[in-house]
Amino acid sequence: MAGIVGWGAYIPKYRITAEEIAAVQHADAKAIKAGLGLTEKSVPGKDEDTATISVAAARNALARAEINRKEIGSVYVGSESHPYAVKPTSSIVGEALDIGNTYMAADTEFACKAGSATIQINAGLIDSKMIKYGFSIGADTSQAEPGNALEYSAAAGGAAFLMGPNEEAVATLDFTCSFTSDTPDFWRRAMQAYPSHAGRFTGDPAYFKHVEASTKMILEKSKLKITDFKYVVFHMPNGKFPLRVAKKFGVTKEQIEPGLVVTKIGNTYSGSSILGFASVLDIAKPGDKILVTAYGSGSGSDSFVFTCTKKITAAQGKAKKVNDYIANKEYITYAEYLKHMEGIHQ
Amino acid sequence: MKVGVLGIGITKFGEIWEEGLRELLLDAQLRALNDAKMEPKQIDALYTGNMCADSLSGQLHIGAMAAENLNLDKPSIRVEGACASGSLALRQGVHSIASGDADIVMVSGVEKMTDVSTEQVTTALMGAGDEELEGFNGLTFPGLYALLAKAYMHKYPALTRELLAEVSVKNHFHGARNPYAQFQNEINIDTVINATMVADPLTLFDCSPITDGAASIILASEATAKKLGTEVYITGSGLANDSLSLARRKSLTRLDAGHAAAQRAYKQAGITVKDINFAEVHDCFSIAEIYAVEALGFAKEGEAYKLYKDKQTYFDGKNPINTSGGLKACGHPVAATGVKQAVEATMQLRGEAGLRQVKGATTGVTYNVGGSGATACVHVFKKMK
Repeated sequence: MAGIVGWGAYIPKYRITAEEIAAVQHADAKAIKAGLGLTEKSVPGKDEDTATISVAAARNALARAEINRKEIGSVYVGSESHPYAVKPTSSIVGEALDIGNTYMAADTEFACKAGSATIQINAGLIDSKMIKYGFSIGADTSQAEPGNALEYSAAAGGAAFLMGPNEEAVATLDFTCSFTSDTPDFWRRAMQAYPSHAGRFTGDPAYFKHVEASTKMILEKSKLKITDFKYVVFHMPNGKFPLRVAKKFGVTKEQIEPGLVVTKIGNTYSGSSILGFASVLDIAKPGDKILVTAYGSGSGSDSFVFTCTKKITAAQGKAKKVNDYIANKEYITYAEYLKHMEGIHQ
Repeated sequence: MKVGVLGIGITKFGEIWEEGLRELLLDAQLRALNDAKMEPKQIDALYTGNMCADSLSGQLHIGAMAAENLNLDKPSIRVEGACASGSLALRQGVHSIASGDADIVMVSGVEKMTDVSTEQVTTALMGAGDEELEGFNGLTFPGLYALLAKAYMHKYPALTRELLAEVSVKNHFHGARNPYAQFQNEINIDTVINATMVADPLTLFDCSPITDGAASIILASEATAKKLGTEVYITGSGLANDSLSLARRKSLTRLDAGHAAAQRAYKQAGITVKDINFAEVHDCFSIAEIYAVEALGFAKEGEAYKLYKDKQTYFDGKNPINTSGGLKACGHPVAATGVKQAVEATMQLRGEAGLRQVKGATTGVTYNVGGSGATACVHVFKKMK
């Protein structure tokens, strides 16, 4: 199968704390932090959007891959905050990366798993030898209506994976599968500025049902046990949900915590599970197996089993790591936050 | 008057996402038929309480749905009286038998509430108030009951914040012993007092939840019930009404309709409050239970706090109240509540209430309220040897 030949991440430097939002909304910050399992979230700069985040992440991936960029045959960008309703983000990214004009491109949308779905698309194209390399990117500057519970978690960031032949891979993609059903737990209709969600319905019948079913399916398909994995990443809409799934599957703290980036930056939607994956690639050793299960509302889950190769160690130092971006932060006030978001969404 | 209870059925109360309005109703109907060991064709008429299906599910014509569920062409009518819809349906069923029009009647209550937003539910429930005087001006039901709580606690300061919280604490204690309850966890006073404020002085734990659920009960004439060896009978039914709005009430510290309904039911049944072993009452908000126990005569006006100070209202206390967990812990699928109360009363009298069983109970009452007290309906249940 295809594998990952380079990976990269990008997280905007601005942060807003749960306390800052709660003070404006007259809410109990302590209860919110305990309930959501997060303390602050990333906020895009006034001139940052899904396109700029995708380009920054992809440049880091290229720095690690060191390939001839003209051989890149596809660019797929998954997001629920593409800057244009009609006009692709993927062409902006392809142009900015200077990869020529002979590449396939499209934007994808499947709530928070729009990015992970592009890994499956490129794996198919590479395995069928239609392309040699392809970019799979997930990024978001996610929307939350002021006053809504989502305001504490909807964050900005993304990750990019340059996929290519297994023999060049830093991590081979060994297995993938999906579990999909029509479950309307979270949505945003055309022309609407902010998404709607169905409260607790987003839990058991949506996130947990799909994440657990997909994870169970890939364990059966791969004949692997949870203990075979060095790292496990589940989609992170908040800090609580992935830990509940982890407990159910017997995932240890050591396996889940390195990828649990949500507690520090919030939910980056299409960037969420793949940023967690990128953060464990930053520290993984040859031979380490990684299990990733993404989740997108609406609803579906994609699961992946990766195995790191000898090439990973050398690649890790060639670009900024997820933790470098997490550590580089500047706190802003709620008023500044509104100004940042207004510039992006209106 | 004696009308026998042949069978009871109740669904699990809670966020039942896998079942719609029709399935919930059918589930309760089939459970009641199964309990009564009867076939649908033995039913002569059906009365079904429902308040919100038109505003929350876009579905009217619930009477026809109830009959269609059982493949029957028998008379079937939807009854609506806000949160008292279930007990009004029960009363219609009792009267249908008492009039001789029917011998065996199925009474149900059903509500599907969790498919829509809290805002939509709050708006739909406000239909139980006075739209011109209250709803239009922004009042919601938590607000109305908070006003009642403020008025009561101002006039009767012996009902402290802590004692009011005891209502919810006791109801969760009972809910933890009821497998059909939405919340089956015990809580303490701090949980109630420190919870998110909804409408001062009522916090989240003073308020009943939004719930899906259904309950059914099969009634029969005394003659038929006796023939079948039925133990439990309805011996009194009292109904009273008051103004829709709080503004037009004579008093804000007692619910006159509740007092009148209780007296009418007691008179018909030939009992006094001293004969009652337990009561299922309408605690849509904690303060509503205070009004209820006074309306039923367990305490004089302003003295209900004594029952909670002495913990008399637990299932093994002197005056067991809401052994099902009440609306707070068992849940409040509004029109199902009145029928659920009848199911709980029957379970208690049959000795089937498990960990919350009131020992030796022979007489119980149910007290169901619509709106902020515009409708009150009381039924007396008796175990006959």
